[in-house]
Amino acid sequence: MKINSEMKLNEKLFTNVEKVPSRDGYGKGLVELGEKNKDVVVLCADLTESTRSNWFKERFPQRFVQMGVAEQNMMGVAAGLALSGKVPFVSSYAVFSPGRNWDQLRVSVCYTNANVKVGGMHAGISVGPDGATHQALEDIAITRVLPNLRVIVPCDWIQGKKATIAAGEAVGPHYLRFGREKVPVITTEQTPFEIGIADIYADGADVAIITCGLMVYESLIAAKELEKNGVSSMVVNCHTVKPIDIETITKAARKCGAVVTAEEHQINGGLGSAVSEVLVENYPVPMKRIGMKDVFGESGTPDELLKKYGMNSSEIVKACQEVVKRK
Amino acid sequence: MTFKKITSEKQLKLTANTIRQNIIKSLVEAKSGHSAGPLGMADVFTALYFNVLKHDPKKPDWAERDKVFLSNGHICPVWYATLAEAGYFPITELMTLRKLNSRLQGHPHYWEPPGIENSGGPLGQGISIAIGAALSAKMNKEKHRIYCLTSDGEHQEGQYMEAMMFAGNNKLDNLCVVVDRNNIQIDGDTEDIMPLEPMRAKYEADKWHVIEVDGHNIKHLIDAFEEAKTIHDMPTVIIAHTIPGKGVSFMENDYQWHGKPPTPEQGEVALRELQEIRRQIEEE
Repeated sequence: MKINSEMKLNEKLFTNVEKVPSRDGYGKGLVELGEKNKDVVVLCADLTESTRSNWFKERFPQRFVQMGVAEQNMMGVAAGLALSGKVPFVSSYAVFSPGRNWDQLRVSVCYTNANVKVGGMHAGISVGPDGATHQALEDIAITRVLPNLRVIVPCDWIQGKKATIAAGEAVGPHYLRFGREKVPVITTEQTPFEIGIADIYADGADVAIITCGLMVYESLIAAKELEKNGVSSMVVNCHTVKPIDIETITKAARKCGAVVTAEEHQINGGLGSAVSEVLVENYPVPMKRIGMKDVFGESGTPDELLKKYGMNSSEIVKACQEVVKRK
Repeated sequence: MTFKKITSEKQLKLTANTIRQNIIKSLVEAKSGHSAGPLGMADVFTALYFNVLKHDPKKPDWAERDKVFLSNGHICPVWYATLAEAGYFPITELMTLRKLNSRLQGHPHYWEPPGIENSGGPLGQGISIAIGAALSAKMNKEKHRIYCLTSDGEHQEGQYMEAMMFAGNNKLDNLCVVVDRNNIQIDGDTEDIMPLEPMRAKYEADKWHVIEVDGHNIKHLIDAFEEAKTIHDMPTVIIAHTIPGKGVSFMENDYQWHGKPPTPEQGEVALRELQEIRRQIEEE
């Protein structure tokens, strides 16, 4: 594998990489958007600090709306604000929003094509000790089936900030997925980011790892490990799960002839499924999906959980070796 | 220029009667749809669109218009018939209700046609959208008012309770909700299925101004809407006591007419009855 210099990734990626929660990017992105556009409003359902929407609230108290613990009403109120010209950001945990208020997202927002942005925090198993109830592992599946909705899974806080700003500047419904834990800062301010364009972070020829969220870092570590064993791997950050970048995914499969997907989400319905759909119709190759294997999580530390449920670099290495053999 | 209001009570009654006849015609043609709710709410829609609202059917996106949201989307035949009567779109288009390639969807789709302020059907959603619009108007210090029409049955939805609490606590006095208190829902009478009483006390507990009114007395409805405009720091709910199926004897108060259309034969009988009522109004 060869790190793609055009991506201007963090130079300390493999040495002493700093760690920051991706949700910080949401908070910072909201403030930046708020400065630029007075119509940006932020709604939160009693999770102001942990969604980082408190940063917006402190800066623009008149444009912050406390909803109480009422996610269904929050989504609908956001739709009404959007139809009136506002750019509302709906902030909560992903298990509640879009989990609990999916019907409101479907009808009031997506069917209406209302300009609502949904920020789902604490997604994935890495939320850890809170246990299975709070580990959103289905949110990509339930959002990527909705017409008009774009689904974005940033890999770190810098990309999270860019995604938040890009979503706020684009017209139409967007879902943005963030994690609770501190994760390595892979990208820099100079790293390109465009909704709908998957980025090749490392180039290789034997296997393509197509990934998103915190698994992007695990994939880069895996690629480095694979290199030692003589396997050259490509790492694609497919941050936009919908609309999915058919061209880049197909090119990667064509070049490498084998694909592994890696995500912190149920193995059914998420990025792995989306990539499978693309390749089945365009360029089928041996493939393996890394993700939560159709089970619920449990309490534990993020690292323990990612290891136990098979979502880390060593699992990616094994999967890559397997698909390469199947070529 | 805004829409010219109708002030004559007789003219308003005749308008409501026309709307009811067009509801029946469109439902017969559609061969599916809801009968009882639309007929029951024809007087409320008439009072709103032909007297109370500040709007312009020729300029549906006029920024200063009062906005109407429909939370119980299934009664949309009355919304369509009212908008057509007010001049938002041709009355002939009512005959496309629920048909392929029509703008008049079985449950409304936002801005199809212009004047339809929200998509809706799943109960409890419209009130939240209306609250969002009211909140936006407050933030922008805009003067237009927000109206939301809801059913009694949808008060059983959790979202509705969330919305009631939010609107009261946020003092949305630019919001006026009308509850179609017709006491029926799909499976039977509301008080048998899941009692909603004491409805007034629930709203009062959530800091709403409550007005109860005969939902078929257009003059009293207009008075209630005008009273709501004078209330500060509280949203207003008008609990409109209505008769489902109003105007058609065999539909009135029978919950079985909630979700079905009249057959062509039943439609003819219904239109004859409505025509007889029209004759009586004209003689008043």
